[in-house]
This record gives sequence, structure tokens and C-alpha cells, in this order.
Amino acid sequence: MGSWQRIIELEAIPQQGSRVLKTGKGDIALFRTADDQVFALHDKCPHKGGPLSQGIVFEHTVVCPLHSWKIKLENGEAVAPDVGCAGKLVTKLEAGVVFLQI
Amino acid sequence: MKKMKLVMVGNGMAGVRTLEELLKLESGIYDITVFGAEPYPNYNRIMLSPVLAGEQGINDIILNDLDWYKDNHITLHMNKKVVRIDRLKKIVYAEDGTEAEYDRLLLATGSMPFILPVPGNDLDGVIGYRDIQDTNAMIDAAAKYKHAVVIGGGLLGLEAANGLALRGMDVTVVHLMPWLMERQLDRASAQMLQSSLEAKGLKFLLEMNTQELVGDASGRVQAIRFKGGTEIPADLVVMAVGIRPNTALAESAGIHCNRGIVVNDTMQTFDPSIYAVGECVSHRGTAYGLVAPLFDMARVCANHLARMGIARYQGSVTSTKLKVTGIDLFSAGDFTGNDTTDEILMHDAAGGVYKKLVLKDDKLVGAVMYGDTRDGAWYFQMIRDGRNVADIRGHLMFGQSHLGNAGHQGQDSAAAMPDDMEVCGCNGVSKGSIVKAIKEKGLFTLDDVRKHTKASASCGSCTGLCEQILASTVGGAYAPQASKVKTLCGCTELTHEEVRKAIVDEKLLTIPQAMQFLNWSTPNGCASCRPALNYYLLCAWPREAKNDPQSRFINERAHGNIQKDGTFSVVPRMHGGITTPEQLRRIADVADKYQVRTVKVTGGQRIDLFGIRKEDLPKVWEDLGMSSGYAYGKSLRTVKTCVGSEWCRFGVQDSTQMGIDLEYALDRMWTPHKFKLAVSGCPRNCAESGIKDVGIIGVDSGWEIYVGGNGGIKTEVAQFLVKVKTKEEVMEYVLAFTQLYREEARYLDRTVHYIERVGLDYIRQQVVENATRRKELRERLLFALQDEKDPWAKENVNLGEFAPLSI
Repeated sequence: MGSWQRIIELEAIPQQGSRVLKTGKGDIALFRTADDQVFALHDKCPHKGGPLSQGIVFEHTVVCPLHSWKIKLENGEAVAPDVGCAGKLVTKLEAGVVFLQI
Repeated sequence: MKKMKLVMVGNGMAGVRTLEELLKLESGIYDITVFGAEPYPNYNRIMLSPVLAGEQGINDIILNDLDWYKDNHITLHMNKKVVRIDRLKKIVYAEDGTEAEYDRLLLATGSMPFILPVPGNDLDGVIGYRDIQDTNAMIDAAAKYKHAVVIGGGLLGLEAANGLALRGMDVTVVHLMPWLMERQLDRASAQMLQSSLEAKGLKFLLEMNTQELVGDASGRVQAIRFKGGTEIPADLVVMAVGIRPNTALAESAGIHCNRGIVVNDTMQTFDPSIYAVGECVSHRGTAYGLVAPLFDMARVCANHLARMGIARYQGSVTSTKLKVTGIDLFSAGDFTGNDTTDEILMHDAAGGVYKKLVLKDDKLVGAVMYGDTRDGAWYFQMIRDGRNVADIRGHLMFGQSHLGNAGHQGQDSAAAMPDDMEVCGCNGVSKGSIVKAIKEKGLFTLDDVRKHTKASASCGSCTGLCEQILASTVGGAYAPQASKVKTLCGCTELTHEEVRKAIVDEKLLTIPQAMQFLNWSTPNGCASCRPALNYYLLCAWPREAKNDPQSRFINERAHGNIQKDGTFSVVPRMHGGITTPEQLRRIADVADKYQVRTVKVTGGQRIDLFGIRKEDLPKVWEDLGMSSGYAYGKSLRTVKTCVGSEWCRFGVQDSTQMGIDLEYALDRMWTPHKFKLAVSGCPRNCAESGIKDVGIIGVDSGWEIYVGGNGGIKTEVAQFLVKVKTKEEVMEYVLAFTQLYREEARYLDRTVHYIERVGLDYIRQQVVENATRRKELRERLLFALQDEKDPWAKENVNLGEFAPLSI
């Protein structure tokens, strides 16, 4: 279990959009949904490694920009009939600031 | 709020589809109870023929297993026949005494095989062909007995006969009419069908009237006797002479029936708490026995049960395909014709091909095809759309698929493909795996096929093949959506046109505003509707509507073209394909500085730099000092030119300058899909104007303008629109056509699709014949483009989009 890291103000992520966090272990996509929830996934689609951060976000789903796989933000799982998982990270929102457990 | 009780009587395809549609719209308002007379959950009745033929097992054709009912909290009473409805107390009673109260009752009791009223029709071995029980009875009989007689040479009868023959029986089909499938085929095609089936070993007795079925001492049928006294042996008799809507329950409850339970356009019976769908229904005097209309009814009924109350069922045009392996047959609409119709006929008896198209007032109303049905879906679509075909009448008979479709070895007839042949060259899907998925997963629509197999889900060039495979696998259950009623996406019942009209009429300026006004069924739309809405808003209200970057595909948000490794490619604008040494030097410097791995000259005469990291894009643009080439968007791509009269010894017009001028005029323009132009300086056409959205060819006396060409997925040759004299006229006509396309085409339709839908005659009326309209269109486009900013210019870049975060 990692520690909580302060990342960025919620306002700096567009609604239904994302920002990319560069880390030594690869990119992490931070998503902000229309209902102002924040989710974090490894920025690699389980299909062919597409950068999920660049996809269109609707409800709690992102559509991979390469081949349109739909990935659930809550758990990183692909929406059926596709199968695969992008791997999620734990986030929290405190006083308008996004924290990530790494 | 207390939930209402919804009870459904009949656990078949129409009813369960209604529940599925209802659950999609509104899962919380009902406690649902289902009664089914059969001891199975909902199964795919149209796949009984493959089961009979031994191609599939019963378990393969279950559509909704018991878990589905459980997961959706549906109380299921299988093997319980409902025998009484008390409409006053609103309770239904089953044979075994089970009862259920309802607030809404849905009758989906289906139909029953019609059993001929002849002596002996109750003997053992005499059955209808309707359900799993009948199918099992046939399979058992085939193992024990030799002679089978199928009464009825319609779709179902022939499929039954084929299955029994494949199981080793000696099968005779008895038919009252002078030719087979007289409701779906004309005489000529029916005779071709009969010969093919005879070659498979089936025997036929036409115009024979059954008098009696003769039993043996044990009470089993042993022969069939006809009027006139002839007799043939029969150990099994299958009655397939038609179906009757099963209205006994409804009639006993006093619900108005007239050859079916009578419903209105909302699928409501004369009792407002009771709805009915499927084969038990009579709608506007018609009872349907094919699956496709039932699904339309299901959608409408669900809409009303979910209390949305906006859908209407207005009847269906149906099509037929016989599911007998090796037989290729299709019919749709009114193919018989009469005094008021014309027909176009092609009959190649030796080649085994027959096609008949029936037209009325320049509209296609019916089609019969035998031996070559590859264009069935296309014809069917035109019948449903009621499209005027005057402009394509000359080549209508030759179908749509005679030209350059890439990716499947030039094959355009699914029937002729072996199972292991690749259909979808993008995703590597073979015909066999598509057929398997359709059968085992119970797929009925092209969307289902795309979702489950990925075939036709990428470039779409194999869509026609997939449609053919779907049609031949599920038969009449496949019906392409009429394009007029194509809804924008799953988030709305509205069509593209209805949405656009509301945006204009109500002056809607943002996506949330549009979704709210139009009662979107999802909170923030989806990846299909948001980009479309964003475009429609910007097109209708330039400079006023609010662009939403998050509703655009990444390419249009980052103003570059995303590549497989997540980097981007950069194409600067070079108007007309003309560049300078100074520009080239800068491009070379940028390529060095950012270690560009590949520098490529594109098909549109531009230079493409590959492998740029997203965070570097703003710096690359600044270093280039050139404007965006829009090579990534649904936008003006390029105007390709040949060198023209300035240098070329054959050139008669200055195509290069014309191209430069057009590219300046149309720069920074968003369109429903990508938009490409070309200008050639003489009819040698070195700029390939024939395959562009707008292609211009200079001739000695002026310029010819062509529209609707396409060099991509499916090669389409542009069609001649008009010839003009001056460069100013070229500009005016091209701008007007472009704006018409922008205002009327559906999002993601190229010009070729748009013109196919509205017809070239219409384009001519708007752009060529009506000078006022032409000038208005041109003005509107100029207005829209007037203040468009270069997205690469420093002051227009949103750095937040590009800057990564770090800890």
C-alpha cells in the first residue's frame, strides 16, 4: 500500500477530461467525470496499449482513442464483449485537491 | 414509490425483446412476472431450422438463460399456460392455479400452426412446426421412419423439408399452389428454387389438395391421400400451411380481436392496461409472422411501458431469405406488381441468376432475387426509405457492389465464400466465426455483429458482406434500419434531422442545453452523440455556439493525428500543395530538433512529420511557423492540384492557382466528415479529381465540377454536377455545395453517402438551378469561416491540454 500523494487541484482537470501524470513506472491517467468524481488508471488500454487519457469520457467510462474499446473508470475493466483490465489506482478528493495513492 | 406490476403472458422472442428494451429505458418501475407455456426460457425460434438440420443443438439457441431472468429480478413461470384473465380484478390465472396481479399486462402469446381440417389430422406423427417440441418430434421420427410429407411449400415448410432430408428421410413437399413460396416469389424464381431443391433430393407435388391422412392399426399416420384418389406413404406429416395468431386467451377475456389481437400504433389493445406484441397481434389489419417487425413492435411497446410515450409503430416492410444452405434467395416488398408499376428484369437461367425489381413512380417497391442476393440489403433499404431512384435507374439492376471494395480479396458475395475466408481485413474475422457468433449469441443486427465479432467495426468496407452473412443466417429476421429513421445514437429516439432542426429552431448553443431540451436519455451522452452534437451546434450557430473540446476526438482536441504509440503526426498547411525552400528548411530544422523518425509526403501532397510527443506539439508548431493543415479532423483536408497551364504543355487552366484559392477560401472549415478536393488543369486529370468530395477538371472552355467521389474504403467515382466558365463561378458553386453538405449531411457521412441519400438531382436543384439558394449557401459558409482562428497559433493553444503532470 503506497502513500497519498497530492497531485493537482480538481479545477485543473477539465470535466469529462483528463490529465496525464508522468511517473517512473509509466503514465497514469487522471480522469474527472461530469459529476466531479476523479479516477485514475494506468494510461494503457488492455487492447493495444492506447493512451486512455486521450479518450472521450462519458459517465464513468472512457473510450480508447485507438480502437474504441470502452473502459470502466471505476475498475479499469473493458466493457463486454471486450475483455481486459487497464489497472486502477486509488484516488481521493479533499477540499478540491486530487490525491493519489502510489 | 411502490412498484407497478407488469405481467407478461408468453415467453417468446417478441415479448422478451420488449422486456429487454424496457429494462434499457427504465429498470426500476415494474415488478415483472413472466408466464411461458413451454418448459424453456426464451429461445431463438428462427434457429429451429438449423437445429432440425443438425447444424446446431437446442442449447445453442437459448437467447436468455435462467440467470438473465434472475439478474433482472423477473419472476419466471415456465411450463405454465395462462388460461384466464380477470380484467376487472386485474389478475391472470394459469392452468395449475398460479395467479398474478397486474397493473400492466403484456400479451405475447405468439401464433399457432394452422392444422388442416382433414380427417386423420389428429393421428400420431402429424405435427405442426413451431417449437422445440415439434422439432424434437421430427428429429425422433427421422431416426425411426422413412417417409416424410411436408404440407406447405412456404418458407417454413421448405426449411422443415430440407432438415428432414438432411436427417436421411425421403421427403415430399405437397403444395396447393402452382409454385413454391408464392407469397415471396414469382413463378420464375420459384421454379429455379424448386430445381435446386430437387437436386438436393426433395420431391414436390404441386397443386395437390389433401383429402385425408390415413392411419395404421396403432393410430399412427401411414399415408396421405389427395383429392382425386392418389396416395403416397407418409410416416411423418408436417403441416406448414401457415400460422394463426394465438388469440384464444385474449378472446376469452373479451379483448377485441380480428385475426389477431387488435392494437393501435402504441401496441395498446382495446383495454388500456393491456398491451400486445408479436405474432398474436393485428396492427392496421396486418399480422406479421417474421421476426424483424416484432422487434420494431417491441421497441415501441417498451417506450410506452416506460411511460416515455413518444414512439409509434407504423407497420413494417418485410423481407424474406430462405435459410437453406446453398440456396441464395431474397425477396422484399411488393414484388408482384400491377398496372401501375414497372419492372426491371434479369434472367440468366443457365447461370442460375434471376432478379426482378418492381418500381412505382420512380421508387423501388419490391425486389425478388435468386442466385445472387448480394444487393438485397441495399434494395431493401431503398424500399423502406422510399428513395426516388430516377437518377440511378439505369444501373439499379447491377447493384451497389460492383466497384472497388478493398480488404476481402475482391469478394463481394458472401454465399460464395468458404468459412475460413477473411471477411474483415481490419480485424481478421472470417466468415465462419461471424456465422458462429450470430447463431450462438443470437445476434440480429449489424451493430450486434460489430460488437461481438469486431467485423465491419473499423473501416466498414465489409459491411455489405456482413449484412449478407447476417441475412442468410437469420433469414427474414434481419432488417436494415430504414435510413430515414436512423436515430442519432442510443441516447435518443430522435433522428439526426430532428436534432438539427431543433438546434436551429430553438437556437440551442451548448451540448447540455441541447441534451436537456431534447430529453436525452443519458446524463452526458456518449462518444457517438457528443461529437455529432458539437458539430451540429457549431455548424448551425457559427461564432455563437460553444465548442466543447471534451466532446471531440483527441485529434481535433490536440490538433494532430494520434498514432499507434500515442505520439502525434504534424502536417502543416501548404495551400494547393505549393511550398517554398524557406518552408522546407524550417520543416527540416524541426525534424532534426525533435528527432522526427519519419518524414513522409502524403497522398494529399503535404509533408507529414511522425512521432511527435503530445507535450512537444505547441513548440513544434511555433518552430514551424506555419498554420495547421487540419490533416486530423472532420474538416477541409487538402486541395490536391496538378501543375496546370503554368508549366504543363497539355494544361489548359491554371489548376494550381485555382487549388490555392479554394484552399484559402475553405481553410479551417469543420465538416461532417473529412473533406477533400482536387483540381486538374486538363482532362488527363493528374490530380485525380474523380475520387474527391469535390473534383474540378479544367477544360479549354472552362471548368467541370464533380462531387461525391471517394478514393478510400470504397472507391466511388465523383458525379458530374455542373460546368462553369470562370474561376469566380467555380468558387461560388463549390462553396455552395460544400455548405449544403455541411448543413444537411449526417455527422460521419462523406459526400458520397449524403448524395446517395438525397440524390444528385436534389443537389442540382439546390446548387445549380436555384441561384438565390446558391448565393445564400455561399454567404453562410463565408460567414462561418470569417473568424476561424488557426489552432496552432500560440495565442490559441490551450497549454493545459498538452502539459503533463509530475509529482
